[in-house]
Amino acid sequence: MSDWVEACATGDIDEEDVMRFDHGGRTFAIYRSPDDEFFATDGLCTHEKVHLADGLVMDDIIECPKHNGRFNYKTGDARGAPVCVNLKTYPVKVDAGKVLIRIG
Amino acid sequence: MARGMVIIGAGECGGRAALALRELGYDGPVTLVGDEPHLPYERPPLSKDAMVSEAPEIKAIASDAILAEKSIRHIHSVQAVAIDRTAHAVRLSDGSVLPYDKLLLATGSTPRKLPMPGLGRRCVYLRTFTDALAIRAHLTAGNRIAIIGGGFIGLELAAAARKLGAAVTVIEAQSRILMRGVPAEIARIIHDAHVAEGVDILCGDGIASIADDGNEVRITLADGQEISADLAVIGIGAMPVTGLAAEAGLTIDNGIAVDAELRSSDPDIFAAGDCCSFPLTVYGGRRVRLEAWRNAQEQGALAARNMLGAGEAHAAVPWFWSDQYGLSLQIAGLSDEGRSTVRRDLEGGAFILFHLAEDGRLVAASGIGPGNAVARDIRLAEMLIGKRAKPAPEALGSQAVKLKSLLAA
Repeated sequence: MSDWVEACATGDIDEEDVMRFDHGGRTFAIYRSPDDEFFATDGLCTHEKVHLADGLVMDDIIECPKHNGRFNYKTGDARGAPVCVNLKTYPVKVDAGKVLIRIG
Repeated sequence: MARGMVIIGAGECGGRAALALRELGYDGPVTLVGDEPHLPYERPPLSKDAMVSEAPEIKAIASDAILAEKSIRHIHSVQAVAIDRTAHAVRLSDGSVLPYDKLLLATGSTPRKLPMPGLGRRCVYLRTFTDALAIRAHLTAGNRIAIIGGGFIGLELAAAARKLGAAVTVIEAQSRILMRGVPAEIARIIHDAHVAEGVDILCGDGIASIADDGNEVRITLADGQEISADLAVIGIGAMPVTGLAAEAGLTIDNGIAVDAELRSSDPDIFAAGDCCSFPLTVYGGRRVRLEAWRNAQEQGALAARNMLGAGEAHAAVPWFWSDQYGLSLQIAGLSDEGRSTVRRDLEGGAFILFHLAEDGRLVAASGIGPGNAVARDIRLAEMLIGKRAKPAPEALGSQAVKLKSLLAA
């Protein structure tokens, strides 16, 4: 049994942008990078549980909408105050125009 | 051996500066001195989450374990009483003396006191975690809370008090709430939200007298109206804490005066956060003092870099937020620099006012809406302000034009 979950269609997210995806009582953020690759992380900032999908994507950085905590959404690395805990990332694949993430 | 770095003030600014010194690889002694008994902690929750939680907790910037791991010596519950600039040493209230190579003053601000007789133990201010706990104990269903001052602290507290079922009256002497720095159009929305939640807001009338008998506070307004409350919280602004700096002969100008690198009139003493006034590069060096969490954080980090000789000028755009009920307000830049405004409507009733200078330069953006609806566009506006951009007003006002596209222009 596959644990790949369909999150959205590729066209649902602009390049260099992010979208919220809720599944099984959890929330995720799905990103489309400027070079047209897709990524997925936990949906909430590790600082104060704010939805990252309301934040701004610039290059490979997602910035929390509340307190400007920054993460590299490709690796989950926290990039300075006020965030110090990394963001969990998830594998993503694109299949027939659909973005799928593997929720482990 | 190095005397090391001494930081006076263990709040957001001082705490961040201490951590930043270590992140930058500084390996000499780092000492953080605070007059509160707590670890360095974040203050914004004090008027928000901490007020509605059953058992408010400190949101620490660094735990004891982190401070130990980074060899940051945190001296709490003491005050710095004098700086000997010649000897490069600070004397503390416990009698000890700390030598320094560079000193950072991150002494913050303190609530402006209401200059009136009649205040007693039921008239309080909010600044520290201890203050917050004391206020929290009074926020119970049916208790009457008077809030003197319609600024952010008071309004956030009003929202929290309503959530807990207290009866709330906000008293503002000016003609409307949030007179300082918030456009009337946005203040009106916040005003209406409070009224809809049952807060009584009284604007435009000063307080004639206060009588606090220890069990009840009676406030009489200039027009004769009387408000009785179980607790009065005074939130009428803050004053920079400059006594130590002034005693040491440093230049004071609406706060400890520093240059763009946050250096005071003594080259080995820096100041950052609420306690200092500094030239804001993005507005041609206009001298300002900011009372804001992000500024405290950014200036703490900048001071750390410059204490180590980076020579880096402050270049950030002021940014501020407030949460009340489900509404969030964000402001980037200083709106009083603007001469005209352009409104951009977003989804869900959210909107942003862009403030433009006479020459068309974007100087500020004020947004309000549910949740974080305005966050992304305010962040983009902040970048445009930082770039001194002159975006076309039609583009700013049109939802069809992405703000990010203006950034590239």
